[in-house]
Amino acid sequence: MNDFIQLIVSGTATGTIYALAGLGFTLLWQASGTINFAQGEFVMLPAFIMLFCMMAGAPLWLAFLLTCAFAMLVLGAGFKKVIVDPLIHHGVIPLVIATLGVAMVLKTVVRAGYSAEAQQFPSSFPAGQFSLAGITISYADVGTLILAAAIVIALQVFVTRTMTGRAMQAVAQNTDAARTLGIDAKRMVLYTFLINAILATVTALLITPTYLAKFDMGESIGLKAFFAAIIGGFNQTRGALLGGVLIGILENLVGFYWSPAYKEGVALMLFLVVILWRPEGLLGTAEERKV
Amino acid sequence: MSARRHLAGLAVVLAALVIVALFLKRSDVYLLTLWAVYLMATMGLNLTAGYAGQMSLGQAAFFGIGAYIAALLLKASWPFLAVLPVAAIVCFVVGIVVGFPALRVQHHYLAFATLGFNVLAYLAMRNEEAITGGTFGISGIPRPTLFGVDLGGHLAYWYWTLGSLVVLGGLLWWLLRSPWGRAFTALRDNPIRAESLGINITAYTLLAFAIGAACAGIAGVYYASLVEFIEPGPFHFSTSLMMLLAVIVGGSGRFYGPALGTAIVILLPEFLRGSSVPWLKFMQVWYLAFFGIAVIVLMIWLPGGLLSLRERLDRKGGPQ
Amino acid sequence: MSDASFLEVRDVRKHYGAIKAVDGVSFAVGPGEIIGVIGPNGSGKTTLFNAILGQIRPTSGSVRFRGDDVTGMSPLELSRRGVGRTFQTLQVFGQLPVRDNLIVAAQEFQGTLPGRLFAAPDAGLGERADEMIELFRLQHVARLPAGRLSYGQQKLIDIAMAFMAKPRLVLLDEPCAGVNPSLVDQLRELLVTLNKTQGGSFVVIEHNMDFIMRLCPHVICMVEGKVLAEGKPADVQANPAVLEAYLGN
Repeated sequence: MNDFIQLIVSGTATGTIYALAGLGFTLLWQASGTINFAQGEFVMLPAFIMLFCMMAGAPLWLAFLLTCAFAMLVLGAGFKKVIVDPLIHHGVIPLVIATLGVAMVLKTVVRAGYSAEAQQFPSSFPAGQFSLAGITISYADVGTLILAAAIVIALQVFVTRTMTGRAMQAVAQNTDAARTLGIDAKRMVLYTFLINAILATVTALLITPTYLAKFDMGESIGLKAFFAAIIGGFNQTRGALLGGVLIGILENLVGFYWSPAYKEGVALMLFLVVILWRPEGLLGTAEERKV
Repeated sequence: MSARRHLAGLAVVLAALVIVALFLKRSDVYLLTLWAVYLMATMGLNLTAGYAGQMSLGQAAFFGIGAYIAALLLKASWPFLAVLPVAAIVCFVVGIVVGFPALRVQHHYLAFATLGFNVLAYLAMRNEEAITGGTFGISGIPRPTLFGVDLGGHLAYWYWTLGSLVVLGGLLWWLLRSPWGRAFTALRDNPIRAESLGINITAYTLLAFAIGAACAGIAGVYYASLVEFIEPGPFHFSTSLMMLLAVIVGGSGRFYGPALGTAIVILLPEFLRGSSVPWLKFMQVWYLAFFGIAVIVLMIWLPGGLLSLRERLDRKGGPQ
Repeated sequence: MSDASFLEVRDVRKHYGAIKAVDGVSFAVGPGEIIGVIGPNGSGKTTLFNAILGQIRPTSGSVRFRGDDVTGMSPLELSRRGVGRTFQTLQVFGQLPVRDNLIVAAQEFQGTLPGRLFAAPDAGLGERADEMIELFRLQHVARLPAGRLSYGQQKLIDIAMAFMAKPRLVLLDEPCAGVNPSLVDQLRELLVTLNKTQGGSFVVIEHNMDFIMRLCPHVICMVEGKVLAEGKPADVQANPAVLEAYLGN
């Protein structure tokens, strides 16, 4: 029983990290119709930038801040300007293919330009663990859980309570209507890309200590980000959180009670089951077809 | 292009492929055969992605399923020609099972479902050692003897594969000219309009996807017999990506697009690997980065792929 | 409104939160009738069409077609029952040649799905397609991809497609929009011809008053999601409430 609860606690922690990446993925999709197949690489690259900063002598917090700035510039504004803007009106497939191209470039640059080996990455939280009612919990899990949950809640508050956040939502729901209300739709879409870049950097900060920094680490993270977003409900911000946590917990349970070899397949199975049962996702609302 | 010129051109290319092989090194004939094998899979994917407009990111999983079926059955002394339909049908049915839940919801969900399926299939190939041999794979897969002709030699196997490719290509050509092919294009161009005209878009999408999967299964059989040893590596989802990119780069929805795209995606890296020229050695490592950039540039400037280049130039230069 | 009505729309509503796009619309169409639907922009005409045609599900109300309840049925099922439509915006298959656009518009009504794989490439519809091409005077562009033609020509193809399968009922959403004025008369004559030769009922949304007055013996005027007036075109046009709705806009 203790095993079980421990698995759930650490699964929840991992799941909130998936949720962060999934959240960015959802935001991009809502605001601009971009399906970003490089989402995993958007996590991988900041991990290496942070490593690079730390090798240059920066402490972790400074490396994180510098990387945030870098990610906003390159993976946020740059990505939007160079890839998304020219392609957004060509339909979904060319843009998806281009993001696959981006993923390929980022992976190769890191592998060929830096290293193909997995690199250690320092944890943001103290090592060790504590016992609570007979259950051992690591500080890292608690820290991750608190930080990730705080970010999701902050984002939720930002989107629903602030003027800018509401304007972003209006653009996501109906760009034309938002424009007639005088909202600067282009700026709001740009904000979405910047937020996605920050979310990806935070994801990197939290997940790399366990995943290790490796050029192909994004493949697995990207996959879980998509599935977390879809399972929870593509059009709901809270959806990605639920989806991510479910994947994290189930992965732990499958890995422990059945076979660690199939952990990576859990997200897909959950995805297939959920869309058969609730096509709009667990928390999603059914979307009307657009004519 | 008139039908006669088309056939004449095709005959010239095929004759060249037949004759050229006589003068090539053994390893080059092997590469040509590899190209033909991958082409079977990418032609199927072109039906799914190019003609019917459905993103499939799991073609390598079906390729692998075909290859493992072939490895097991050929080693159990099944005749090659009996293995082909088994691989095709299994892949077709699995395709329907994977595609159905995704397509019930939203059409771009197929991309996620197939990507996830590829991950799962790869895990199964690596971990179900009792069947697949795990990472050690399966070796000693025989090449067939058909109608008393031993196809074990590299030239004989190349001619056999080339002939099979032509037959498969002919079948796909016929399929695309049938009312089904027209319905595939209609659902790619405008699914909402198609549905209002009585076209069952879910059924046709599923069919386009499953037929593409069956082609990959067939390609897998030829692959297993060509390389004589299989392990999970080649069936990783990165191969699926490369297959999709082969289709897109060559020209999706163009019949000969995959032939060009597969040559670029499959043969170019092999060529680089074999090279000892210094700057080509540099390219071996950085090849994928340049290829990725090329893909992005292509999507921005020439989303129809390389074969659409002439059309694009015509349209820019000529009168509208 | 008799029970024998061909299409019967009863109290259909479509609400988006507080916005009542369609707010209790009822009307009936008899066999072979042509009904016009007019109204200012944003009065809910297209939403009404989409609710009837299964593109969106009505919030409440019912739609009956030939005696069967078809409320919320998918566009696919409705098309199988003989309901065709055109869209407000252009909806042709851009990469298919014109002739193939017409064939694909009717091929699904020929034989079974597996049967169509082995059918002749034109699914036995070549002659029918050529007839329509001649009727719509598209002979000179029949082999070109539809996407390369002018807006007016694509509009004609769009309309011709809706009639290929000889539907029992066709809903046309602004057939004249963006069409060259010289083509408008030709279009009206075509619709009259099709109504006579193929039978079938039409419901036509249109802003071109002249077109609708001359085509439709019966007109419905919608304002703010409701039917404001209904009757002979001249009477509806003279209705003070209708005038106010248009002028006040």
